Amino acid sequence: MKLKQIRAVLAAIFWIGISLLFLDISGALHVWLGWMAKLQFLPSILALNIGVILLVTALTLLFGRIYCSVICPLGVYQDIVSRIAGKFKKNRFRFSPERRKLRLIVLGIFVVLLFVFTPLAVIIEPYSAYGKIVTLIFKPVYEFFNNLLASVAEHYDSYAFYQVDVWLKSGIGLAIALVTWIVVTIISWKSGRGYCNSFCPVGTVLGYMSKKSVFRIQIDDNKCVSCTLCEKNCKAQAIDSKAHQIDYSRCVSCMNCIEKCHKGAISFSKYVSKPAAESDTKSDEPQDSTRRKLLTTASILAVSGVVKAQEKKFDGGFAVIEKKQIPEREVPVKPAGSISLKNFTSHCVGCQLCVAECPNGVLRPSEKLSTFMQPELSFELGYCRPECTRCSEVCPAGAIVKITREEKTTIRAGHAVWIKDNCLPAVDGISCGNCAKHCPSGAITMVEYSEFPGVMIPSVNSERCIGCGACEHLCPSRPLSAIYVEGNLVHMDL
Amino acid sequence: MKNNNINRREFLTLAGAAAATTAIAMSGCGNSDTAKKITGNSTSSKKEIPTDKMTYRVNPKNGDKISVLGYGFMRLPTVSKQSARESSDEIDQESVNELTDFAIAHGLNLFDTSPAYCKGMSEHSMGIALSRYPRDKYFISTKLSNFVAPQWSRENSIGIYKNSLKELQTEYIDFLHLHGIGMGAKDINGNDLSGMEAFNQRFIANGLLDFLLEEREAGRIKNLGFSYHGDVKVFDYLLSQHEKYHWDFVMIQMNYVDWKYAKDINPMNTNAEYLYGELEKRQIPVFVMEPILGGRLANLPQHPTLMLKTERPENSVASWAFRWIASHPNVLTILSGMTYMEHLHDNLSTLCPLEPCTEEENTLLQRVADEFVKFPLVPCTQCQYCMPCPYGLDIPGTFTHYNKCINEGDIAVSKLDKNFAEARRKFLIGYDRKVPKERQAAHCIGCGVCKTHCPQNIDIPKRLTDINDYIEKLRQETL
Repeated sequence: MKLKQIRAVLAAIFWIGISLLFLDISGALHVWLGWMAKLQFLPSILALNIGVILLVTALTLLFGRIYCSVICPLGVYQDIVSRIAGKFKKNRFRFSPERRKLRLIVLGIFVVLLFVFTPLAVIIEPYSAYGKIVTLIFKPVYEFFNNLLASVAEHYDSYAFYQVDVWLKSGIGLAIALVTWIVVTIISWKSGRGYCNSFCPVGTVLGYMSKKSVFRIQIDDNKCVSCTLCEKNCKAQAIDSKAHQIDYSRCVSCMNCIEKCHKGAISFSKYVSKPAAESDTKSDEPQDSTRRKLLTTASILAVSGVVKAQEKKFDGGFAVIEKKQIPEREVPVKPAGSISLKNFTSHCVGCQLCVAECPNGVLRPSEKLSTFMQPELSFELGYCRPECTRCSEVCPAGAIVKITREEKTTIRAGHAVWIKDNCLPAVDGISCGNCAKHCPSGAITMVEYSEFPGVMIPSVNSERCIGCGACEHLCPSRPLSAIYVEGNLVHMDL
Repeated sequence: MKNNNINRREFLTLAGAAAATTAIAMSGCGNSDTAKKITGNSTSSKKEIPTDKMTYRVNPKNGDKISVLGYGFMRLPTVSKQSARESSDEIDQESVNELTDFAIAHGLNLFDTSPAYCKGMSEHSMGIALSRYPRDKYFISTKLSNFVAPQWSRENSIGIYKNSLKELQTEYIDFLHLHGIGMGAKDINGNDLSGMEAFNQRFIANGLLDFLLEEREAGRIKNLGFSYHGDVKVFDYLLSQHEKYHWDFVMIQMNYVDWKYAKDINPMNTNAEYLYGELEKRQIPVFVMEPILGGRLANLPQHPTLMLKTERPENSVASWAFRWIASHPNVLTILSGMTYMEHLHDNLSTLCPLEPCTEEENTLLQRVADEFVKFPLVPCTQCQYCMPCPYGLDIPGTFTHYNKCINEGDIAVSKLDKNFAEARRKFLIGYDRKVPKERQAAHCIGCGVCKTHCPQNIDIPKRLTDINDYIEKLRQETL
């Protein structure tokens, strides 16, 4: 097999695997494909995953930017777009000089932002941009088709497929994903790896690393007839065929030029003219940044939305169920395994993999500027179920560390807060207690209400509360629950 | 089973295939939302239902010939065909008319409804369907369903009665029931009333019963009786007053399970054997409701099904229930809520004409009942009286799904069961399909409003909690 085909097959495997990882609704795939997300460069840096950092560095120092043409899903996506564009217009590329200033400025801003304000930095980071595109744009489409299959299955009494809720996780998130998707697609349609070689911070870092790589694309001056075919087919626009020079900071080792050359003048081989120098690997280790506190003092829930029991006159039918509203939380609730809000915000790259994985409709990207596009919990559609630890299993960036089901029962990610004015027993004297009934950690006990003899109201023991949101989700008060979860800044142990 | 808007010709073509697929139909019509029954060989295209063989019973009061099969308008087909899913469903009047036509053509002449049925739309629908026929072709049975406290004033209750006449487009009512006698209620302040107290509030304190007796004198009510559920004290009391009121009929819940086991299923209930015996003693004709328990006696668990199928392979499981009831001579009519043409077809072929149960068959049915009560089914007949739940739950939908899983052997006992994974998947996925998440058992706050409405006396909040506990164990795999 030729090198180009090997590259293409590997790229296809990675691209399909990662895409499926985001699209998966069964919760089974991450066991097999989770490692593909963990290989991603920026998440592994934020997770201080030394093994992966060394692996990617070594790969790059040996073979150049094959990370960009095989492992990076956004890179492969652009290759696909560029390939389709190539069907319409042959030999469409020309050598262009490196936009070094632009690359370095973008990288500089990115690194600074990464320390100061991660959520904004990662908007141009390729892996998390790809994750947003798949999760927020394509996953709903995938789920829609799944639901079609599920209704067919239902018709035949089969349990092979089941319905999932398709819901808009974040309007702003969708907008950003759409813009990213359109811009990246247009750039790659017009100029191949234009985004990777002018903006992508990972591309820039790996690019300068690969200037020292052992194996490289090389032009044999003796065989070359300066036909410019390689230059016209280089999607990185990195081959200067007149000068027989290649800009290795932009070459992604895709091997296309080898195929194109009629004279066999191009080879991927050990670089000879210069000896390999020592690497200047960058380390983007995050330090404890002095992040500004993100607490906004919002007034809590003035509106009382107590359900008014519907008068029964006839048999049958359903009472209308009002949608639950998201309460204003002073501290966002982060998944168990996040360790602390600080740890979470400084590690999360906003790739949405956990959002895509969450089977309970709990995780969604934040729309607050301070935690922009980083996932947070809310309990309108479900609650953080005790048997589920999927987000912690997939997170590649160390924002959510892996926890077991048993550990989850002892992690206090938040605490429930009771709002008297929304509570059915306190307002209408109805006996309820659904929050206490469903609390998995026994943190809620019903106690006699002094103002309403004989009526029991919930009381929360914050010390035992794990912030799972069962109470908030199952509270009959709508649109605002009478009990809701506030996040804990640091996730304490029970 | 999906298409209930089926015309007769199409139906007969379909039915040809049904005979060959009885076994599949037995376990496989699981997605139908309402009462379902097995379409056995009785729907074979070879056997036309005769139009002149309906079994009739004579009303001792006036010699009227009443068909032993009565049409219950409590489970009417809806336009969207998904009768349990969402609340906007409208009655499929076209189907109702077709069903009515088919029933009348085959000699059925008693139609039963209530102002409360089908979200209050049942009487209106019946009025449309029946007014197309001469008034002497059919008998109308309806009820005084003043269930909730605001309706208890004399004025409001009489208003309900007058409205029935209007909706049914008739000058008189053939059979008027005092509806749901024996059931408790909540008074205007939300306090629980016993069955006796509720009866007094609904019919005595406001002088309503006297008014109805006058209406009977005036001929606007041909027959006055009551339909009984729940507290047997009220039943006994009303029968003790027979000399005074002269009940023309009484409706009871009667089938081969409730005959001896009603009390075992729920200590609050009374065995049909006693109820029927008391009525027979006084020569009061019996209306029968819940002949197949809302479909549960049409779709039995596997083993009892086999017992019946072995005996009469060509008859549906439901047909046994109807034959058994109709074999009791004091039964005037059996009300069956036949949602789909298949149901009507099957019941007509059972009772046109009736082949009474033999002694051996009665013994067999007793054995089936013995087995049936051992299954921990929720005794819900999907009558919808509990609905709408003020908190939006789908109570009958939840019970139906649970019962279906029991019937099909898909309730796991422990996670070590061989079929645990499959049972878990079927239960959880099936539940999400049947009932939207926000209407599932976990959302029950136990307010108990439903309890007073349930004619089967099911402790609904308790059963919902138990089902939710089972679901939690499935989800967490801690069973």
